[in-house]
Amino acid sequence: MTKETLIHHNAGARNLFGFWAYIMSDALLFASIFATYAVLQNNTFGGPSAGDLFSMPFVLVETLILLASSFTYGLASLHAHHHRNEENCKRKVIFWLAITFLLGVLFLAMEVFEFTKLFQEGAGFQRSGFLSAFFTLVGTHGLHVTAGLLWMGSITAQVIRHGITERTVNKIAALGLFWHFLYIVWIFIFTFVYLIGAI
Amino acid sequence: MLGNLTFSAIPTDPITIGGGALMILSIATIVGLLTYFKKWKWLWTEWLTSVDHKKIGVMYIILAFVMILRGFSDAIMMRLQQVLSVGDSTGFLPPEHYDQIFTAHGVIMIFFVAMPLMFGLFNLVVPLQIGARDVAYPFLNSMSLWLTVAGAVLVNLSLVVGEFAATGWLAYPPLSGIVYSPGVGVDYYIWALQIAGVGSLISGINFFVTILMMRCPGMTLMRMPVFVWTAFSSVALVIIIFPILTATLGMLSLDRLLGMHFFTSDFGGNAMMYVNLIWAWGHPEVYVLVLPAFGIFSEVVSAFSQKKLFGYTTMIWATVAITFFSFLVWAHHFFTMGAGANVNAFFGIMTMIIAIPTGVKVFNWLFTMFRGRIIFASPMLWTIGFIFTFTIGGMTGVLLSVPVADFQLHNSLFLIAHFHNTIIGGVVFGYFAGITYWFPKIFGFKLNERLGKAAFWHWIVGFFVAFVPLYILGLMGMTRRLSHIDAGTGWEPLLYVSMAGVAIIGIGVVLQILQFIISIRDRKKNLDVTGDPWNGRTLEWSTSSPPPFYNFAIIPTVHGRHPFWDMKHGVGVPQEKPSYEDIHMPRNTAMGLYIACAGFLLGFSLIWHIWWLAAMGIFGIVALVIIRSFDYDTDYYVPAAKVAKIEKARTK
Amino acid sequence: MRVIFVAAVVGLTIFFGAYIGSHNMGVFNPKGIIALAEMNLIITTTLLMLIVVIPVFVLLAVFVWRYRASNTKAKYTPDWHSNRALEIIWWTIPIIIISIIAGITWTSSHELDPYKPIVSNVPPITIQVVALDWKWLFIYPEQNIATVNFVQFPKDTPVNFKITADAPMNSFWIPQLAGQIYAMAGMDTKLHIVSNEEGEYAGVSANYSGFGFSGMKFIAKATSKEEFDKWVKEVRQSPNALSLDEYNKLAKKSRNNEVAYYSSVAEKLYTMIIMKYMTPEMDM
Repeated sequence: MTKETLIHHNAGARNLFGFWAYIMSDALLFASIFATYAVLQNNTFGGPSAGDLFSMPFVLVETLILLASSFTYGLASLHAHHHRNEENCKRKVIFWLAITFLLGVLFLAMEVFEFTKLFQEGAGFQRSGFLSAFFTLVGTHGLHVTAGLLWMGSITAQVIRHGITERTVNKIAALGLFWHFLYIVWIFIFTFVYLIGAI
Repeated sequence: MLGNLTFSAIPTDPITIGGGALMILSIATIVGLLTYFKKWKWLWTEWLTSVDHKKIGVMYIILAFVMILRGFSDAIMMRLQQVLSVGDSTGFLPPEHYDQIFTAHGVIMIFFVAMPLMFGLFNLVVPLQIGARDVAYPFLNSMSLWLTVAGAVLVNLSLVVGEFAATGWLAYPPLSGIVYSPGVGVDYYIWALQIAGVGSLISGINFFVTILMMRCPGMTLMRMPVFVWTAFSSVALVIIIFPILTATLGMLSLDRLLGMHFFTSDFGGNAMMYVNLIWAWGHPEVYVLVLPAFGIFSEVVSAFSQKKLFGYTTMIWATVAITFFSFLVWAHHFFTMGAGANVNAFFGIMTMIIAIPTGVKVFNWLFTMFRGRIIFASPMLWTIGFIFTFTIGGMTGVLLSVPVADFQLHNSLFLIAHFHNTIIGGVVFGYFAGITYWFPKIFGFKLNERLGKAAFWHWIVGFFVAFVPLYILGLMGMTRRLSHIDAGTGWEPLLYVSMAGVAIIGIGVVLQILQFIISIRDRKKNLDVTGDPWNGRTLEWSTSSPPPFYNFAIIPTVHGRHPFWDMKHGVGVPQEKPSYEDIHMPRNTAMGLYIACAGFLLGFSLIWHIWWLAAMGIFGIVALVIIRSFDYDTDYYVPAAKVAKIEKARTK
Repeated sequence: MRVIFVAAVVGLTIFFGAYIGSHNMGVFNPKGIIALAEMNLIITTTLLMLIVVIPVFVLLAVFVWRYRASNTKAKYTPDWHSNRALEIIWWTIPIIIISIIAGITWTSSHELDPYKPIVSNVPPITIQVVALDWKWLFIYPEQNIATVNFVQFPKDTPVNFKITADAPMNSFWIPQLAGQIYAMAGMDTKLHIVSNEEGEYAGVSANYSGFGFSGMKFIAKATSKEEFDKWVKEVRQSPNALSLDEYNKLAKKSRNNEVAYYSSVAEKLYTMIIMKYMTPEMDM
């Protein structure tokens, strides 16, 4: 390996490790909001509670969409890492990134729909501490997904411009960490907010 | 158009106008000087767009010095008010003003003095001590600095446009909610801290990765200098706790901006949750600040006792223990909130357990001095002063950690005296020692010792004169944050003595300012030509003073804990002539500054409800980040020939 | 310089000593068994810690003097950096002392829990406390009277305070009688105290709650039973009644309130103040 490759290689590992550290900090951000939700989940102040509001089929579809998007992202990562020298690798990566993007948009659209419906039912975030916590927890996750989608668009553009290089592969890896992390957070939300709330 | 921002936001009372005018005048003077001496380009290329960790470190420390002037002025005004406002007299500050001053005092000292000093010292020292050329993410390093500056600018802006929070430095709800604090003050508080907080978090990640992945060959974890270990513990804490602060202030701002009910008294809010969250951040935060100070003391006590540090391994394990336990004690800040005997006792016992590793460190420092040859240079004076002062502060801390004792001491001046005891005796003394110790490395000349020693004596004497009366007043039942004292309490004499103490510290501060001025004036007489002014043991002393911009022409290989000491005594020194290679360095960039400007605009517009400007701020941040990510040309190579030339000039 | 320094230290010490001797030392001048126990706890803990702290100071002074660089007679061992025996000593002794303090912490936290009723033959008196902006309201549910910034009770009688707020977080504190506890809106907390001496004691809020906070002072007066009964009768002569309307007026922001007496109190006022925050559509 040339010295130049070595330096970039190390830089790639450094970047990914730093991003792991960021993900750990993000986990604590979510943990704080989760803890607040746990404390406030029964503070409905006479208003609707979790059991009154949540529709399990709807949430199940959201979950499957997000799961699928993690899977399609995985396909994009796979092609980027292992098939770098193949002819249509770049096209495959862009294709799977685009699918992931669409699934992400679909997920967000469903969340926006759910939030709007809740507002119309009089269960907006101003109604009670429980609802403030719910909207903020799920909304923070949604904002992270949005940021991830923006980032995905940016990476896709860079792949189109530069192709699959060491640099773009590292970026795809970092976003992958983020994207899968968001799915894990969603599992917690799905379980502790929707599933347990509905019981 | 401009949201809630109107001309009525400009203050009308004379004191605020005076303070604001002073601030604007200072800024105008600096701008004037830069223009007159035609230094704008130099400022831009050499400093504002620099990604060199050494320069970024200097800028952090300059920020801290500027803000300490404001924080200290707040302290003077507070003491003065309490001396004057007794009985029928109401002093010179109405409560509406006084209450902002004590809030600003705490916020500024923690977020815009202590944290910048800490990150400044990390920047100056850590890469040099581990034999690295820079930190892991030089661009993010620059961005973190400017984000911190943006937060400081917001705090200072609140003096002339609007108001600041009047809630105490942690802004407990319901007082900080929109019902009891309808003005913009708490919003200034929130957004200044949110912006600076992002800077701190990213800086924490930066040093975490730097220390773990960029140590030179041979430097295993157990061969790192103690300062690097304490920096490592500190940033590990930062990474874990700053998201908690972000989340908590975020939820407070949602309550205020969008009418949510996290912490309101009604509608199912729970203000106690805020108290828990904010202290889950707040307690580890004080360990973030004090652990690096402990690291500095370890370095200094060894250098100026001319002896190896006693018990390196124990020191590391004690540091790790303190780091771990700092997460388990947060409720000792609100024993009086009514959590019950079991909860209180648990947190009290966890708190006093931390005293054990801390005490062990004190003994290790003492026995480093034992059978050494102690030189009483000012860094050593700060260290000796620290051992005395901090031990008292730690003792009162263990006292406060007994819940039932705390019931009688909480929120009284006893508490104030305790935490100033540990913060001044620990953090401030430590960072002053560090700055004096490493100043010659960064600037190439030593600071004036006579003035440094004089400053130390004024600080330590002034500290005790200022705060011993507060211990007594606390026991007498005087609470904190009082803007007026009733007649007949008899507290005045002690308040006068305390005021005198503040004046003595003030002289100390003046002496420190003088020290810098005179040292710069006399710099040619105090040049550090060897790069090793203190006969040091660690790698930073192997570079020139100041080091070349790339730090090390050849990355060293170390064989023990005292690599430079080994080099000086012929151990492990390569015999062949050095052959230089091209050095990979990051380019300067203004992106960090631009992103911070956008962040400032975002914060300002959210404070004043200028929604279109806020949208622009968000758009700006996102766009700038994406533009930066498209920039693949962020590094360059220094040719080996140039490196050789620079190195040759050094040995001349 | 050194002479001035030593003189100043001695002078200040004498001054502080004289000051302490001639002033009411609040926490260190307890008038009830709770405050007395708390003071003893502070003293005991301090003494235990001095066992470690004083040797530290002695060592510091001795080492700084003896091992100064100019004293070439002292032994110099620059590479000596560990000693198992020493480490064992200074780990063990602090661990022992902290363990003792930890034990004291556990027992005292339970014995002096603010929620623990005071054991006594004398039947307790219940007083409800409401922290307002910026004054203290005291409601006597058994006597159906109320006062502002003044609370009186018979000595040697356990007082069961029930505490809430209709304001931001405050802290209810009478240093000479007992430690404090937070007063919070929507919550109902307790503090049990007893005064064993007649007298007037300073009462404060110990948690900053806004611009009028400094004026939020009250007097706690302990008297004989007869004097207390007489005082209750006196309060019942007051022309003011604490109706709901009157309460709502009182709850509005005001500073440096004078002492006020109310001859009667709206029914279940204290409970209503709490419930105001806990249930929707609660009008007062």
